Amino acid sequence: MRYLPHLVTIWLFAVGLYGIVTSRNLIHMVTCLAVVQSSTYVLLLTIGFRAGGTAPIFLDVPVGTPAVDPVVKALALTDVVVGATVSALLLALAVQAHKRHGTLDPEEFRALRG
Amino acid sequence: MSTLTPLPVAVPLVMAALLVGLGPFVRRRVLDAVAIATAAAMTVLTLVLLAGADERPLVYWFGGWVPRDGVVVGIDFAVDTAGAALATLGALLMTAALVFTWRYFEAAGTLFHALMLVFLAALLGFCLTGDLFNLFVFFELLSVAAYALAGYRTENPGSIQGALNFAVTNSVGAFMVLSGIALLYGRTGSLNLAEIGRSLERGPADGLVVVAFVLLLAGFFVKAAVVPFHFWLADAYAVAPAPVCILLAGVVSELGLYAAARVYWTVFAGVLGDHAATLRGVLLGAAALTALLGALMCFLQVHLARLLAFATVSHVGLTLVGFALLEPAGLAGALLYLVADGLVKASLFVCVGVLQYRLGTIDERSLYGRGRGEPVTFGLLLLGGLALAGLPPFGTFLGKAMMEHAAGTAGHEWVAWLFVVASAVSAAAVLRVGLRVFAGWGPPPHGWTPPAAPEAPPEPEATPGTYATMLVPAAVLLATALGLGFVPGLAERAQAAADHFADRTGYAAAVLDGQAAGGPASTASPAAGHLPAAVPAALLTVGLAVALAAVPLRRGRGRGRRGAAIRAMLRATLALRRLHSGQVGDSITWLVVGTATLGGLLATLLR
Repeated sequence: MRYLPHLVTIWLFAVGLYGIVTSRNLIHMVTCLAVVQSSTYVLLLTIGFRAGGTAPIFLDVPVGTPAVDPVVKALALTDVVVGATVSALLLALAVQAHKRHGTLDPEEFRALRG
Repeated sequence: MSTLTPLPVAVPLVMAALLVGLGPFVRRRVLDAVAIATAAAMTVLTLVLLAGADERPLVYWFGGWVPRDGVVVGIDFAVDTAGAALATLGALLMTAALVFTWRYFEAAGTLFHALMLVFLAALLGFCLTGDLFNLFVFFELLSVAAYALAGYRTENPGSIQGALNFAVTNSVGAFMVLSGIALLYGRTGSLNLAEIGRSLERGPADGLVVVAFVLLLAGFFVKAAVVPFHFWLADAYAVAPAPVCILLAGVVSELGLYAAARVYWTVFAGVLGDHAATLRGVLLGAAALTALLGALMCFLQVHLARLLAFATVSHVGLTLVGFALLEPAGLAGALLYLVADGLVKASLFVCVGVLQYRLGTIDERSLYGRGRGEPVTFGLLLLGGLALAGLPPFGTFLGKAMMEHAAGTAGHEWVAWLFVVASAVSAAAVLRVGLRVFAGWGPPPHGWTPPAAPEAPPEPEATPGTYATMLVPAAVLLATALGLGFVPGLAERAQAAADHFADRTGYAAAVLDGQAAGGPASTASPAAGHLPAAVPAALLTVGLAVALAAVPLRRGRGRGRRGAAIRAMLRATLALRRLHSGQVGDSITWLVVGTATLGGLLATLLR
C-alpha cells in the first residue's frame, strides 16, 4: 500500500503521454496533457501526506495535532492554476484550428516539416 | 541595493496590467511608448543589479522572512553576476524587440504589448530567483506567454501547429521539472536552492537524487532544445512573429541551460560531486550531438526562420559544452558566448523580420536576388553571419576561445574541432542566404523569372522612417556583440562571475547565513593570455564558413559528377529531415526517448 500512490503517479504520467503521442484529436490531446499533469498533483499530495493528520487549519485544535503538510497544498494549488491556464490556451488554439482548417486531427496539419 | 531586486518582476507586471486596462482607450503609439519605456527602464535596472552583485550575491527576502539559524521560511531573490547578466540581456533584447515592433507589426493589438511585458517579468524573475519552486512558476509564466505570442498570428498557415507543438512539448517538460521539485521537497523539506543543496549533501547520492536530477535536467533541456528534446523549436520559431523570435532565439533557449547549470551547482554539485567525470562525459556527448545536428539541419533549410532556429540549436550545443565541463573555466566561456551569441542571433532575426516586412516572404528561393536594394540589411546579415562564425574581435570569439581553452585543459582537445565545424556550417548557411538574397549570387531557383521592372516597395506606407526603427535595433545589438570583444578585463570578470556561480558553499552562506563568503579562489589562469592562440582556429572557422557558403552558389551545380555527389548527400539527409515532421506526437516520443536515455545512462553510471 505504501507505494500505491507512486504507482498511480507513474501510471498517470505514462498513460497521459501515450495518449498525447497517439492522439488524433486536439481536444483529446489537451485532455491527455491534463492527465499527465494530474500525476504531479498525486505526487505532491503523496509527499505531504501524514497518516492520521488533519487538514492544516490550526484553529480550535490542541497544539501538536498532526496535520498534513500545507506547503504541498500550496504547490498543488499553483499547479492547478498553471494547468488551467495551459489548457485554456490550448483549447483556444484548438478552436482556431477548427475554424481555419476544419479539422481537429493534428496529423492533418502539414505546414511545418523538415 | 537589495531592495531594488524585486522591481524587475513587479514593474513589468504592473505595467502589463495597466496596458490591458488602458488599451482600448489610447492610441497604439502610446502603448508602444509605454512598453518600450518599461523595457528600457528594466534594462537600466538590471545593469544596476549587475554592478551591485559584483562582490557577492544580492539577497532579498520577501516580506522580511529572513532565515534563522540557516532554516528558511520565506522566499528569496538571490542575484549574482551570471543571473544579472542574463537578465540584462533579456531586458535589452525585449527593448530591441519592442522598438522593432513599432512599425513591423501594425496589427498588434493591446494584448501583444501586455503579453510581451508579462514575458519580460517572468524572464527576469527566472534569472533572479533563489527558490526552486519560484523557478518553476516563472518558467511556466514565461512559457505560457510565449505560447500565446508564438500563435499570435493565427491567420498564418502552420501557426497553430507550431504553437501547439511548442505548448504541449514544453508543458510536458515543465511537469517533469515539477515532479523533480516534488521529489526534492519530499527528501529535504525545502524549496530553497541553497537549503536543498546543503541538506542533500548530508545524504547519499541514492536513486531518489538521481531520478530528481534526471527529471529536472530533462525538463530544462526541453526548454533549451538540446537534442533530442529540440523538435518543437523550429516549428515554434517558424510561426512566431519576428519580434517574438528575437527573444526566443536570443535568450529563452539559453535560460534553459542557465536553469540546468544553476540547479546543478546550487543543489546537486555537492551530492553528485564524486561522479562529476561521468556526468561530464554524458553532457559532452549531448552537447556534441546537439551542435552537429543543429548545424547540419541549419544548412539544409531554406525557410529563414527555421534556418536560424536550427542555428540556435547548434549554438545551444556549443554553450552546453561550456557547462558540461562542470568547471568554472568552461562556465565563464559559456556565459560570455551565451550573451554575445544571443545578441548576434537577435540581430539576425531582426534582419529576417525586415525581409518579411518588405518583401512579404522569408523563403530563400522566392527571395532570390530581391534584396538588392537593401545594402544596410545585407551588411548587417553578413556581419552577423561572420560573428556567428566567431570572427575576432566579436564577443562570440572571446567566449568560444575561453571554452576551447577550458576543454583543452580538461583533456578534451576534440572540442576545438567541434567548435570549428559546428560554427562554420551554421554561419555558412547565413552567409549563403545573404549572398543569394541580397546579391543574387548562385544559380536561380527553379521556376524563377527575373523581375520585369525595378521593384517598388510593396507596402505604400513603407516610408524611410519605418526602416530606421527596424534597422537601428539590429545595428545596436550587433554593435553590442562587437563591443563586448573590446571591454577591457571582460574575460576576467566572466571568470570571477563563473567562480562565484560554481561556489556552492559561498552561495549557501550568503543566502542562508547572510554572510559575505571569503570569495572563491580563482580557479583558472587569466583568460586573456591565451586569446592569441585561438585566433588561427577562429580564422579557420570563418574561412571554412565562407567556403561552405560558396558551394551551393557555384553555377553549373547539378551537372556532372559533383552534382551527382551533392544529390546523393541530399538524399542521405532526407531521412533526417523527415524526422522533423512537425507532429506533436513525434516530439513527445523523442522527449520520452531522450529522458529514458539520459535516465538510463545516469542510473547505470552513477552507481
